[in-house]
Amino acid sequence: MDIHRRSLLKGLATAGAAGAAAVTTGGLALASPERRKAPADAVGMLYDATRCIGCKTCVVACREANGLAPERSGDGLYDAPQDLSGSTKNIIKLYRDGNDSSYMKTQCMHCIDPACAAACMLGALQKREFGIVSWDGSRCVGCRYCQTACPFNIPKFEWSSANPKIVKCEMCRHLLAKGGIPACVRVCPAQAVIFGTRDELLAEAKRRIAESPGTYVPRVYGEEDGGGTQVLYLAHVDFEKLGLPKLGPEPPPNMARTVQHSIYKGFVAPVALYAVLGAVLLRNRRHPPEEAQEERS
Amino acid sequence: MTSHAQPIGGAIFTRPFRALSVIFGLAVLLILWRFAAGIGPVTGLSDGYPWGIWIAFDVVTGTALACGGYAVAILVYILNKGRYHPMVRPAILTSALGYTIAGLSLAVDVGRPWNFWKVPLFFWQWNLDSILLEVALCVTTYIVVLWIELSPAFLEPWRDSPVMPLRRAARTVTPILDRALLWFIALGMLLPTMHQSSIGGLMMLTAGKVDPLWQTPVLPLLFLVSCVGMGYAAVVFESALSATFFGRKPEKRMLAALSGAVIPVLLAYVVIRLGDIIIRGQLGRLFAFDGLSLLAIAELLMFLVPALVLLARRGRMDAGSLFRTAIVMMLAGTLYRFDTFLVAYNPGPGWAYFPAVPEMVITFGLVALEIMAYLVIVKRFPILAGGEVTAAAGGVK
Repeated sequence: MDIHRRSLLKGLATAGAAGAAAVTTGGLALASPERRKAPADAVGMLYDATRCIGCKTCVVACREANGLAPERSGDGLYDAPQDLSGSTKNIIKLYRDGNDSSYMKTQCMHCIDPACAAACMLGALQKREFGIVSWDGSRCVGCRYCQTACPFNIPKFEWSSANPKIVKCEMCRHLLAKGGIPACVRVCPAQAVIFGTRDELLAEAKRRIAESPGTYVPRVYGEEDGGGTQVLYLAHVDFEKLGLPKLGPEPPPNMARTVQHSIYKGFVAPVALYAVLGAVLLRNRRHPPEEAQEERS
Repeated sequence: MTSHAQPIGGAIFTRPFRALSVIFGLAVLLILWRFAAGIGPVTGLSDGYPWGIWIAFDVVTGTALACGGYAVAILVYILNKGRYHPMVRPAILTSALGYTIAGLSLAVDVGRPWNFWKVPLFFWQWNLDSILLEVALCVTTYIVVLWIELSPAFLEPWRDSPVMPLRRAARTVTPILDRALLWFIALGMLLPTMHQSSIGGLMMLTAGKVDPLWQTPVLPLLFLVSCVGMGYAAVVFESALSATFFGRKPEKRMLAALSGAVIPVLLAYVVIRLGDIIIRGQLGRLFAFDGLSLLAIAELLMFLVPALVLLARRGRMDAGSLFRTAIVMMLAGTLYRFDTFLVAYNPGPGWAYFPAVPEMVITFGLVALEIMAYLVIVKRFPILAGGEVTAAAGGVK
């Protein structure tokens, strides 16, 4: 049975060729796709953790503005959410370590190049007006790839519903449409969170850092992180301690985009592969398999 | 393309079949509960771990184990090894069943399945950035292609059916199918190449959530290579089992040769995986000997050891070690997929996942359904080749 060795060699050659093809097609466009810029009409929020007093008025206002059910405590009397969930789109958390402490407001970051939108099959989640990442239920299959993909763990799912929705902050787009501002911003008694265009907010954040240099960690989270976000953060403790992940300036979707788009560019490779497969099959049909001939001889 | 395959006959409602149908019945009840109450109460899933065993096992691992049809087709039709032809039909059958079950599992897993029909049809809404879209389209098409590839097995007996419409339909369709089948077979090789690689590609989008030992731009290549190995292994495993359970002549020589073909695939996987870890500077991480590092080492060994065992000629000829290596290969690919999708996936502090009992029962129930369908089809339709064919194809002693 010396066929083993031959088929092994042939198999190796085939595997090698396939591998080489994959590597070269991958290599052709290994230069990452360009980083996207914020849309021209991008609005956002700037949260300054040093100003937040932790009153959670914004949590309540968000619930009212978005018609979300309260998350009740054990005795049923308190609205006491612990984290974002299928009925909480905005929450205030507290970081404390010794004397070091800071409040933290968590909601959708409205990324410039969102991983959730890159994940979404039919574009249920995508950047729509004002660059707001919003959800269209008629396009959502409920696959939850957005949850798997989001580096901030923002999209939530209604786990106990027969008709579940993806729940996340949409920057009160229903209020913006009527000329209003996001509910959390409107009620904040300390102006810890403010609303504006992304450009204005970024300039304001930098102005605050320049004005009181000792107060802040000297950078604006969201300016570049994860390719940039439309919600920006200022704080006096490390952003990672507040639960903001350490992301490079490269948008998370770019790795997958580089690999997939170079393989599937113009759909040439799959069509070519199909043609080759068809041609080989035709040829092999005309030439009977080698073993059959060997056996007959 | 005539075949020497025969229905093996025998009773359908045997004791194992009845036991399987009980498990499946339980799963059906739990699926009804899932659609009434939502996914949460039935599963261990959470906002931190939105994907569990229904994805990591039923879809990601299940379709890879169902790559036997793909792997054998490469061997028979591309490398022109006609001697393996008797393995094609059983391999395509297990593939068709495996993929169909994965499709059913997805229907249970997605939260809004009533929107799923839009995915293949609403092409103007397609998000071409979405790797999942490509997976969904390819898998859906492939399920159809597999059943078309398998259809001669159903049409053959119907050609002489006493039922006139069936007979007429079979006689009309068969010549058309004979001419077109080649292009479906080609499609049946193109589609798994695309979606098995893309299934690995899915996790690239999660960037920092997957441990650097697993997170790599070559995820698609690793998933593609390993699914071919798992496909071969599943064919060996399934042939050995059906030889035992149906009291048939074992196709030992053919299985041995098939196992020879899997060696370069396994070695390719090990080389790419190790090379990738070294190039990305994660070798130190590989030998950190914490839980994840041990898992990665275990994966590598589980791909490497069967290759070495099979390389030793004796290993290839002995039915026991053939069967055992096939199991190890299947487990190797399974572990790699579970690690990439669940174990090495870390959404951050405070989240944990372990499948809930009803969630597992639903998975078992779908597997039970798959085995039941397999039993019915091989007993009633010409799928498995007879012993004499095996002997002829195995060559003269």
